Amino acid sequence: MSSDQSFISINDVSLRYKPQGGDEGTLAVDELNLRVEKGEFVAVVGPSGCGKSTLMKLATGLHFPTTGSVRIDGDEVKGPVKIAGMAFQNPVMLPWRKTADNILLPLEIVQPHRRQMRSNKEQYRKLADELLASVGLEGAGSQYPWQLSGGMQQRASLCRALIHEPELLMLDEPFAALDAFTREELWCVIRDLQAEKGFTTILVTHDLREAVFLADRIFVMSARPGRILVERTVDIDRPRELDLLYEKFFVDIVHELRGHIAEARK
Amino acid sequence: MRIDWVKAAPWICTIGLFVVWELAVRLLGIAEFILPTPTAIFLATVEFWSALVNNSFQTLWTTLAGFGIAVVFGLGLGLFIGWNKTIYAGLYPLMVGFNSIPKVAVVPILVLWFGTGWIPAVLTAFLISFFPIVVNVATGLATIEPEMEDVLRALGAKKLDIMTKVGIPRSLPYFFGSLKVAITLAFIGSVLSETIAANKGLGHMMLTAQANFEVPLVFACLIALAIEGIGMYAIMAWLEMRMTGWAHRSGFAR
Ligand SMILES: Nc1ncnc2c1ncn2[C@@H]1O[C@H](COP(=O)(O)OP(=O)(O)OP(=O)(O)O)[C@@H](O)[C@H]1O
Ligand SMILES: [Mg+2]
Repeated sequence: MSSDQSFISINDVSLRYKPQGGDEGTLAVDELNLRVEKGEFVAVVGPSGCGKSTLMKLATGLHFPTTGSVRIDGDEVKGPVKIAGMAFQNPVMLPWRKTADNILLPLEIVQPHRRQMRSNKEQYRKLADELLASVGLEGAGSQYPWQLSGGMQQRASLCRALIHEPELLMLDEPFAALDAFTREELWCVIRDLQAEKGFTTILVTHDLREAVFLADRIFVMSARPGRILVERTVDIDRPRELDLLYEKFFVDIVHELRGHIAEARK
Repeated sequence: MRIDWVKAAPWICTIGLFVVWELAVRLLGIAEFILPTPTAIFLATVEFWSALVNNSFQTLWTTLAGFGIAVVFGLGLGLFIGWNKTIYAGLYPLMVGFNSIPKVAVVPILVLWFGTGWIPAVLTAFLISFFPIVVNVATGLATIEPEMEDVLRALGAKKLDIMTKVGIPRSLPYFFGSLKVAITLAFIGSVLSETIAANKGLGHMMLTAQANFEVPLVFACLIALAIEGIGMYAIMAWLEMRMTGWAHRSGFAR
């Protein structure tokens, strides 16, 4: 173990996707270096196709680096990390399960819940309902996901990502498909949940205001092959309120980041 | 009382068809050995009632036996193929090749191996009907959303977990949808085999009636086939509705 041990550390990582036919495969990220501390909220922004989703997969052990190493809590990642909850732009609920049963899905996979699922069904059901209530979805558990609106489904998918109390929350553009009001509402939901439970969060987003509003640190990635161009610390006190969005210093940070991205796209 | 025209429409059309048929044959003076009237067919049905029922049952059970084997085998093979991309890539062309062989061409081989009788009928029904089941089940498995897979794999889910929690339930509507197609094909298969090599069944009965120029009886057999086919299809459609209501979520299809 090194003395500067971070919760997640990605060291000189490159990842080349397997070739499809003739080409030599896409080099998605290269010379990627990144550290995330426990309980931190970081955001990753960058041009489209630069390897942000790839970064997520590296950090959760769904893909392995071609060169370099990924460590979590000091241990080399050799398989799926099992401590992560994930949510994507597309809420991907199982249509044959009621919303509550969708949310309980992770517990049917991870131990010790997997073992206790059958005997403690009632208790788990209550847990799901409580979590749903905390994102403003009281009573939606008994409905099918397709009976919910897009925003409601996205809230439910957040619940699914959090039900097993993961140490690490991975959000890949989770709010991209939502309208501006719902999006801002969900920012607050995430902000409050993270403040309460203290999970480490990595958020991939195209919305710079979202990144500045939520994150402690923001990483700007270069065009493909992706690496970190700029690291920007956001030292705005918490809890943060939506009014911030119209403050000069907030807007300045957004502009600064926009400049970096414009640079990265060149 | 108001008439529900949508509900009445199938009956009106069916009865209308027979009325037009009857009138056309009578007015145009078409000979009975070319196209018999529905009344003549009805009389033949009454006359040969017990033979028709016996042979219908023969065809029914060979169809259902072949279909049953196809369901078990098709489900198994579909799960196997959908399990893994390499298996899918390896077996799919073989399956397509096999399916493109006209099954009429297979019946003589089956007769060569098993002799005439019910075995070729059951086997033809099976061979012709398992393909859509395999393809549908495999497709259901192969089209799992990658995000869903990521969510579960990041939690340490094994392939088997993903299959039982997501893949199999997901492929069920495809499976039940394919049963409608499969039962129709199985029916075609067993009748086909009966007309080539059998001593029982509607196919065989039709062939015998034709050889004896009992044309109304040929048509009576045809109608028995139609009724049997519709019945089996309806049961499968009902089963599909019952088992996979969630896939018809909008209520639009109802
Ligand atoms: N499974 C895969 N197989 C082959 N190439 C892939 C695969 N996934 C991603 N890539 C390639 O890797 C590069 C980075 O993809 P990635 O999905 O990480 O980008 P991204 O930053 O998330 O993009 P976006 O902002 O559009 O979501 C892209 O060029 C993409 O084509
Ligand atoms: Mg992406």
